[in-house]
Amino acid sequence: MSDSARMERADAEWIELVLKGDTASFEPLVVKYSPRVFAMARRYARRDSEVEDIVQEVWSKTFQKLSSFRGDAPFEHWLMRLAVRTCYDFLRSHQRNRETSFTELSAPETEWLDRYVAEPESASEEASAARQLVERVLEMLSPAARMVITLLEIEDRSVKEIAELTGWSVPLVKVRAFRARAEMKKCLQRITKDKYL
Amino acid sequence: MNLRDLQNKLIVAARKQAPEARVPYAFEKRIMARLAKTPRFDEWGQWVRSLWYGAAVCASIALLMSIWSVAPETEQEMATNFSQGIEQTILAAGESENLW
Repeated sequence: MSDSARMERADAEWIELVLKGDTASFEPLVVKYSPRVFAMARRYARRDSEVEDIVQEVWSKTFQKLSSFRGDAPFEHWLMRLAVRTCYDFLRSHQRNRETSFTELSAPETEWLDRYVAEPESASEEASAARQLVERVLEMLSPAARMVITLLEIEDRSVKEIAELTGWSVPLVKVRAFRARAEMKKCLQRITKDKYL
Repeated sequence: MNLRDLQNKLIVAARKQAPEARVPYAFEKRIMARLAKTPRFDEWGQWVRSLWYGAAVCASIALLMSIWSVAPETEQEMATNFSQGIEQTILAAGESENLW
């Protein structure tokens, strides 16, 4: 038996015990999958308190909906679908805050952009200013656009995978991806227009 | 400035920045304590599911009743049409005899 099959079997056994009323059997699942859920939540929320809220919400939903887990796909896939949808709900509920939070670029961000304009190759993607800048742009995007850009461009997932994770149809993912790229371009235009355009 | 290139460069920057998978200390204990306070399963979900089942049963009963109520009428109509047809044929024959 392969390791993954053995793990799946172990998951199924824990789930069965939880469904029979042994709540303590839920803890091994939390311990096993929390790192993945935290990594996903950190893509969408910056503050530690927000990240923890998202992950708590994911586990709470998982526990409450566990009876609807049919076991025809691995538990991890089912959990990640719940996690993605919880992250999307989080983005939607914080949309208003993001729309008003655009501030001036920091000195390192401006420096990085100056370097990029002067000589694009010299501006490293690994610089912390580049990371801050991309974080700023992602925060300016609408929830759907941020979700699509993150899953499609940053995590390099396929359209079909995104459709399964989000519950959107394949054509809807394609349309949202097209709009998200345009939206991102508009945000970059907004950030750079005063100085560079 | 080429915005498309800048966009691609920023996406590459984001790809290189893998999010941390660190879990806060004793996080699972907190989750378990929280779950102990929350209701076990989704009661609303169960209610909604039960209502849907109820609605499906009601709809199928309504459908069966409507079929049942329409079907005898159709038979009656067919019988009426048939008896009328015979009557008309006989009367028509009688009328034609009277004519001659």
